[in-house]
Amino acid sequence: MSTSHNNDTSVSGTFEVPDLTSNAAMTKFLFGLPGVDKVGLEERAASLGTRSIKNSAKAEGIDLAISMIDLTTLEGMDTRGKVRSLCAKACRPDPMDATVPQVAAVCVYGDMVGHAKEALGNAPINVAAVATAFPSGRASRRVKLMDVQDAVSLGADEIDMVIDRGAWHEGRYLDVFEEIVAVKEVCGDAHLKVILETGELKTYDNVRRASWLAMLAGADFIKTSTGKIAPAATPAVTLLMLQAVRDFHRQTGTVIGMKPAGGIRTTKDAMKYLVLVKETLGDRWLTPDLFRFGASSLLNDLLMQRQKLSTGAYSGPDYVTVD
Amino acid sequence: MTFEYADAPESTSVVTVKSNYRHFINGEFSAGTAGEFATINPATEEHLAHVAQGSTQDVDRAVSAAREAFTKWSAMSGSERGKYLFRIARIIQERSRELAVLETLNNGKPIRETRDVDIPLVAAHFFHYAGWADKLEYAGMGPNPAPLGVAGQVIPWNFPLLMLSWKIAPALAAGNTVVLKPAETTPLTALLFAEICQQADLPPGVVNIVTGDGSTGKALIEHSGIDKVAFTGSTEVGRQIAQAVAGTHKKVTLELGGKAANIVFDDAPVDQAIEGVVNGIFFNQGHVCCAGSRLLVQESMYDNFMELLYARVNTLRLGNPLDKNTDIGAINSAAQLAKIKELSIAGDEDGATRWTATCELPAKGFWFAPTIFTEVSQSHRIAREEIFGPVLSVMTFRTPDEAIEKANNSPFGLSAGIWTEKGSRILQVASSLRAGVVWANTFNKFDPTSPFGGYKESGYGREGGRHGLEPYLKVGA
Repeated sequence: MSTSHNNDTSVSGTFEVPDLTSNAAMTKFLFGLPGVDKVGLEERAASLGTRSIKNSAKAEGIDLAISMIDLTTLEGMDTRGKVRSLCAKACRPDPMDATVPQVAAVCVYGDMVGHAKEALGNAPINVAAVATAFPSGRASRRVKLMDVQDAVSLGADEIDMVIDRGAWHEGRYLDVFEEIVAVKEVCGDAHLKVILETGELKTYDNVRRASWLAMLAGADFIKTSTGKIAPAATPAVTLLMLQAVRDFHRQTGTVIGMKPAGGIRTTKDAMKYLVLVKETLGDRWLTPDLFRFGASSLLNDLLMQRQKLSTGAYSGPDYVTVD
Repeated sequence: MTFEYADAPESTSVVTVKSNYRHFINGEFSAGTAGEFATINPATEEHLAHVAQGSTQDVDRAVSAAREAFTKWSAMSGSERGKYLFRIARIIQERSRELAVLETLNNGKPIRETRDVDIPLVAAHFFHYAGWADKLEYAGMGPNPAPLGVAGQVIPWNFPLLMLSWKIAPALAAGNTVVLKPAETTPLTALLFAEICQQADLPPGVVNIVTGDGSTGKALIEHSGIDKVAFTGSTEVGRQIAQAVAGTHKKVTLELGGKAANIVFDDAPVDQAIEGVVNGIFFNQGHVCCAGSRLLVQESMYDNFMELLYARVNTLRLGNPLDKNTDIGAINSAAQLAKIKELSIAGDEDGATRWTATCELPAKGFWFAPTIFTEVSQSHRIAREEIFGPVLSVMTFRTPDEAIEKANNSPFGLSAGIWTEKGSRILQVASSLRAGVVWANTFNKFDPTSPFGGYKESGYGREGGRHGLEPYLKVGA
């Protein structure tokens, strides 16, 4: 069983790139995308949530999920010490077990990038910085671009930007698009994740349109949420964005990554997301290069479940580190 | 790193399959007079149990028991009858896992379906009609609706326990007593239901179950002691029943075959339409009378839609029905598998193009991979005859009028589906379709509050909801 298009020769048809220079043309393109039936989408997501992931599947899934985590701290009270201990955890998630894989990245505010880089040293773990006046995105474009520039010059490997939801709701889609293009330019080699903040886009139609807009503008990843707005990531919204990634790949040949973030706390949740990826995009996307979890507390639950699988007994929260 | 689903079989230890099953007559299990037959697990062809073959005498005994019980049951207050039905509904919920496993063993359908769809709907049906038992006067059917008497009910193998609930729950709520004959290949859950009737202290004779083949069903339908015939099954057998009861006092409802059109317009919510089409024809291996077995796709979006559909169908997991990750289970019988194969070959011969999902079929048991025929014409057999298997016939249309014309161009008229984001189109198309159930932006949704039944050769009478009481009442008496 496989839905994955393992190479880009499977790309169908010729994609007609829409006119990306006028708001009217951009609007027309976005509104030409297929609609989303809420009931049907949520039903499909719930149905995939009933997959039974046990034994070897669970063991594989846990290690895969750990390796996909963007271990995150995004608090006003973040300190160098907090970031250092987060980085230590990222390198060695379980001090008692060296077979546990390292996480994919740590995700911090821009001013902490240098400290994180230093703490991670040569470890193959990326530093992701949130930028563009995260989480609200309410600042001038000049300030947003400086925010990105700042993080990039401190060595950020990945930039997590937010889209301008105000402009979106005003129907200024071209402005939203051009801002992503501008950020992408400043990113240079840094990978760009575009946060749609689906909890503020409100409708699934908006989520599909914003996904396409971000992918056309050059996003390397599309990401659900900042984690500061409820609802954050849900299985349904993630499924929809995965379908957009699939369609974008089918039509353009370009492979885009996906990152649900916020509210994913348990191993059971994480397994459901892996199922969504597997059955929507195929095994090709089951890699940290193309799928990430934006999470902080998820890691400890994955570690506890991992210990349970290897020892047969639950260890309890005092046997995983609080960082 | 890989992520492959490990085997996740549901345990069969929750249910005890007996070596022999007998009829349930007058509150007790009793041997028949015509020997017995074997029932198997269609996924493995393994023997499950021996079941009594119902003779004319057995049927006669069951009808007499029902007649006798009718006097008291019909005189009982509605609220008292309701108590029994509520109790049965609760026990079904309590024993749902046992029922789900047994249904899967005997039918071949996936445990995911019996667990999440069939058994919850069975309980819901009993709860719904339990609530009607003391409100019959308010059902809009005249001032003193009275029960008919004894109902003879014959049900199919595709949803054994669900069809039992559709038949028994409204009959009992309305004050009738019943003699039910389950399908020959799937008798076991009906007999477990008989145990539940005992557990609920249902008065003896109110529910009687006689197992057997078509001859047992015929004896029941033709018995002079019944007042009402309720049948779900093929159009062919439905015709014979209509002829057999013609000229008698018996009231009849027939829920027969279908060849539903699932109509996808170019402004459909595409991903959900794909799910609906897959669910429409591959749910329950396509053993669904209201299955969306004809797909009508608007030509302008055909290529994109079919590409997505093939990819999606290739993700369906076919195999051990007891595995919790199985989407497609076994075909119910060798006879049904032969029929599916025969009609598929007719599809090839008529000139349609066959596509088969890439899944592997188990070595033992009755299996048929999800199959899609394209370039199907209205005149092909696979566009007109009910296949009752996981086989989809795809046709195209250009305009809404053409879609409606093609959808209606069938001897059947049980159900239809419409996929469009445009509300006004839903209303306009739905009102033009000659089908008993029309789903919009969904498919194969069942609810006890909603009436279900056909137009044309799909039968007559309605089951479910307030409408489902009418066939069991003397209206306006």
